[in-house]
Amino acid sequence: MRPVLYMLSFIAVLGLAFWAYRENYATQHQLKQMAAVQDEIAALRDEIAMQKAEWAYLNRPDRLRDLAAMNFDRLGLMPIEPLQLGSAEQVAMPPPPALVIKGTVDTAGSLPSPDITAMTGADGEQIP
Amino acid sequence: MSRIPLRPLARILDARAKGENPDMIEKENLAIRHEEMRDKSRARAERRLMILALSFFIAFSVIGARMGTLAASEPTEPRAAAGGSEITAQRSDILDRNGRILATNMMTHSLYAQPNDMVDPVHAATELAAIFPELDAKALERRFTDGRSFLWVRKVLSPEQMQQVHEIGDPGLYFGPREMRLYPNGNLASHILGGAAFGAEGVDSAEVIGTAGIEKQLDTRLRDPAQSANPLTLSIDLTLQANVEEVLATGMHTLQAKGAAAILMDVKTGEVLALASLPNFDPNDRPGISPTVDPSDNPLFNRAVQGVYELGSTFKIFAVAQAMDLGLITPDTQIDTKQPFVYDGFPVHEFDNHNYGPTKSVSDVIAVSSNIGAAHIGLMIGGVRQQAFLKAMGLLDPPQIELFEAASARPLVQKNWSGLVTVTVSYGHGISTSLLNLAAAYSTLANGGLKVTPTLIHSDRHTPGPRVVTEKTALACVLMMRKVVTDGTATFADVPGYEVAGKTGTADKPRKGGGYYSDKVINTFASVFPANDPKYVLVVTLDEPVETAGLKPRRTAGYTAVPVAGEIIRRVGPLLGLRPQVDGIPVSTVAAINAPVKDPVAQE
Repeated sequence: MRPVLYMLSFIAVLGLAFWAYRENYATQHQLKQMAAVQDEIAALRDEIAMQKAEWAYLNRPDRLRDLAAMNFDRLGLMPIEPLQLGSAEQVAMPPPPALVIKGTVDTAGSLPSPDITAMTGADGEQIP
Repeated sequence: MSRIPLRPLARILDARAKGENPDMIEKENLAIRHEEMRDKSRARAERRLMILALSFFIAFSVIGARMGTLAASEPTEPRAAAGGSEITAQRSDILDRNGRILATNMMTHSLYAQPNDMVDPVHAATELAAIFPELDAKALERRFTDGRSFLWVRKVLSPEQMQQVHEIGDPGLYFGPREMRLYPNGNLASHILGGAAFGAEGVDSAEVIGTAGIEKQLDTRLRDPAQSANPLTLSIDLTLQANVEEVLATGMHTLQAKGAAAILMDVKTGEVLALASLPNFDPNDRPGISPTVDPSDNPLFNRAVQGVYELGSTFKIFAVAQAMDLGLITPDTQIDTKQPFVYDGFPVHEFDNHNYGPTKSVSDVIAVSSNIGAAHIGLMIGGVRQQAFLKAMGLLDPPQIELFEAASARPLVQKNWSGLVTVTVSYGHGISTSLLNLAAAYSTLANGGLKVTPTLIHSDRHTPGPRVVTEKTALACVLMMRKVVTDGTATFADVPGYEVAGKTGTADKPRKGGGYYSDKVINTFASVFPANDPKYVLVVTLDEPVETAGLKPRRTAGYTAVPVAGEIIRRVGPLLGLRPQVDGIPVSTVAAINAPVKDPVAQE
């Protein structure tokens, strides 16, 4: 019985040693990978900062003003005027859609109602 | 182990035979035994103490050795730490109130040389001088060959320049990483931002320190590593700032002024939305201080904060506000404006020697800007009370704002507040103060009388200041100032829809040697809008403007600062989201402007 126990514990020690060896290398690999990812994050962060700075530089009011002036004939951009602000009541309602009559209208018929709206639907189709 | 008996029979019997006391023998033996026991336990205790001392020594040695290695080794970040441990920018960004970047950092490189490693110093020097025009080939060559082992060539390089230096191919030229401060908007808001420069420089990094403006005032906050990730948000609005600076520059050039300044402030919070001083500079490349130019004419000089000027008639409203609060006058009280008026041997003149008749109502004294009327109101108040009131309004202290230059702008007042000082201060002469103080004082009147402390930091929370003027008086003052614009000296600022109220001020410039110039003035217009619900204060000042469209040159604020302020309000009003309050705008006008613009390109 005893030699079996010795053999088993010896095998267990071997197995654990092998496992610890592998774990050690796996951890080192993970650490290296993490360092690489962190380097990448730092580089991207730098890049984002640079892009933001560039965006701010390209959108500086002086440049936009010059661009608006250069492209005035195409865009017609002007400084905002006080008159451009108003209340909702001041905005004119859109005009009602013009009456469209398609097809023939039998003016000499003997329909019970001569009302023109009854003869044309909203979409302009003639209603028989 | 053999044990000596306490009463050995032989000795006892012997003693008894001699007639001695046998107890003595027992005592003697007992003493010997105790001595032996004591010696043994001492030896044991000594051994234990030695072991204890040794273990303490080892423990302290281990701790000491660990501390030594920690102190001596290069610090490294724990590699296994989770996210958030990476170092972000070393100096916080500065943003405007809408999150647009005013100042940020950029990675670049510095160039240094180690001549010991150089292959061909002469070639390197000529090539470097070709890349950088400001370097002198001869001087550089001398420095490369005079035996030194290290020298800086340039503090920052652009990527193109770095590539060119690479192409020289000399192994003695090295690049060091540098984080430099960048102001992407150039000259815009330059006086607020100030500028930054390199402090202590190393090969791997250099510290960036603020040299002026908010960069210097809040340097500790901006450099704090704990706060480097969250940017500093200013109350400035970049769009408003750009518009104010544009209109102000146009006005300054049209009116041939040599300088101009403007401040736009929220009357309730004291947040400064735009602060401009012209001429300005590029904070990326701060100009130097020239010994031949007057410091107050240097572009670096902040006229809106640093400069203290006599602000003239803009002060009259303070005399009126105080007198009304004290119950001395109402807007309809008749004030003596009779010419001539001499106080203590000093004649008080009206502008251009106008005569406004024997009396005027308080409201009209403000509207036509009568010096004599204001002087009489000042005399009603008296010097002590006047001084206390101006102090409460913050006009007698350096402006409080997060700019380094503010502390030096100490107002100039007479030490002895005599009756004559009371008279002149009532109409804004004999007292010089910062424009920012004036803007804050007008905000105090505009918001209903609560003291305003100007600030450049945007904040959602705000605690109202102490009451300086009653609400009723503050309201009446704004109404009186509205009259100045509708039918007084500032009619050019009557922007339709925005109900501008304000007060003009024209002050002759003091000569260096004493006295005043007759043809050099400082024109100021302090305005509040909209008058029926004051939200913003705009103060505009022009240094030595002249309006030459008429038959003779005109130098009053009404023809110079007022139209400029009017144009600024017309431009910034819509940007502030203020809807013009105009009765009966024809519907068609609004509809026409609101109608979608047809794209001419698409039509073709």
